[in-house]
Amino acid sequence: MARLSQMSRARSMSRQINREQSPWRALTVPYASIMLASFLPAVFLATVMPIFPPLGFVMLVAWRVMRPGLLPLWVGVPLGAFDDLFSGQPFGSAILLWSLTMIALEIIESRIPWRGFWQDWFAASLAIIVYVLSAIVVSGADLTPFLMFAAVPQILFSVLFYPVLARMVARLDRFRLARSRRVG
Amino acid sequence: MASPSSRRTGFSKKAQYSVFTGYVLAGLGALLGLALLILSLWQPSSLAPLRGAAQDMSAPAGTATAVVREETTSVWDYLSGYFEAADQNAALREEVELARVKLAEAEALEQENERLKELVALADSEIEPIAITRLIGSSASSSRRFAVISAGRIDGIEVGMPVRSPRGVVGRVLEVARNSSRVLLLTDSESIVPVRRTSDSTVAFAEGRGDGLLRIRLINLGVNPFKEGDVFVTSGAGGYYRPGVAVAVMSEVLPDGGLAALIANPAEADFVSVEPIYQPEPVAASRIPLEQPLTDEALDDEPQVAPPPGGTPETQEAE
Repeated sequence: MARLSQMSRARSMSRQINREQSPWRALTVPYASIMLASFLPAVFLATVMPIFPPLGFVMLVAWRVMRPGLLPLWVGVPLGAFDDLFSGQPFGSAILLWSLTMIALEIIESRIPWRGFWQDWFAASLAIIVYVLSAIVVSGADLTPFLMFAAVPQILFSVLFYPVLARMVARLDRFRLARSRRVG
Repeated sequence: MASPSSRRTGFSKKAQYSVFTGYVLAGLGALLGLALLILSLWQPSSLAPLRGAAQDMSAPAGTATAVVREETTSVWDYLSGYFEAADQNAALREEVELARVKLAEAEALEQENERLKELVALADSEIEPIAITRLIGSSASSSRRFAVISAGRIDGIEVGMPVRSPRGVVGRVLEVARNSSRVLLLTDSESIVPVRRTSDSTVAFAEGRGDGLLRIRLINLGVNPFKEGDVFVTSGAGGYYRPGVAVAVMSEVLPDGGLAALIANPAEADFVSVEPIYQPEPVAASRIPLEQPLTDEALDDEPQVAPPPGGTPETQEAE
């Protein structure tokens, strides 16, 4: 058994010799994953009330929290525009809210630079709650208490889903920085 | 753990400027978003072509998931059928006996109906659906309730056409792209349908509440005649929906109406059909502002524009 694990480790190590990171992969994975996450809720049917977490936004926050500085501050404009095409919100709502989120997270980070699982989750949850509620406000619907109540399951689901998504983003980050390109 | 020190600018002027530029760009981006948001709330149809193109491109993915959804639900029905077979068999036998009696009665009624219609010289008009299609997506993460169907301009779909499933009304076409369309579902908080009670034709409005229930509002205020379990069908007022299609069942009575549950949950329907607008004339007339006189020329000139999502209540009340 020990021999086997040694062998597998040796194999995984040997895959890294004379390999280097692919710059193409390192650059595209965050954007591609956020765009895919924006698109995903659109192919599911939720005809009674919003139940799907705003996956694109949660993914953006997860990348932002995991790798501060990787996404430029203005990334909310192109990625938000893509999200608006599929989310059903009036066009411009994600551009506005994602840009504001990026600025807010940057300011929070410069004031409170400490990081850890609980702080990250807290900051992300705060961002998600504020985002979902403000998305309702700008959606063009009449604001009624029922609309807000209908958003509660979605908010809870999104907040609980964040740690899972953060692990997925960590996996994607390993994939992003994997040594895949053969040298020489 | 503090964030990596490489992100602190220190004394480097270049690094400081690039951070500052980032803030400026993000701020400008937010302003751009605000401007676009105001534009699309004020003129909902102005940015529709952009969304329509994206919708068209993503339609194949939506169709694939729709097929998978149908398959999985039918597999589930198939499996659960094994466990309920005996009970179900007995219940169905009883139901068939009753249904036979009802059918005979219905045939008699139909004959009488035909005879009466001949008396008043009404042509029996069966409405042919324009397209039969699938629901291929929805705004699952937004508080608005839209769905996307895989039929568009090339199938002859136009804005305002009612969409129904075999069980009842699903919604109304809001935006049309080349081969897909966006549908405003009944549960959306901007959707209003004129309805009547099946038993005695008491008229009311069924408004979406955004949380899956419909708010039934009486038009003639007074003593609320509704009871739990009342069934509502479209009344045909407003001209969009043809009369007599099932909409909702009353679940809770309130002083000026009540709350009702949907009869046709779009998520359960495999296929939906798009029907022509029941009466195009009142719909076109309702788009002409009150100040203008309602003439034939004005009706002909009226371009086919998308009504704003909330634009129907006053038009329907006007009729």
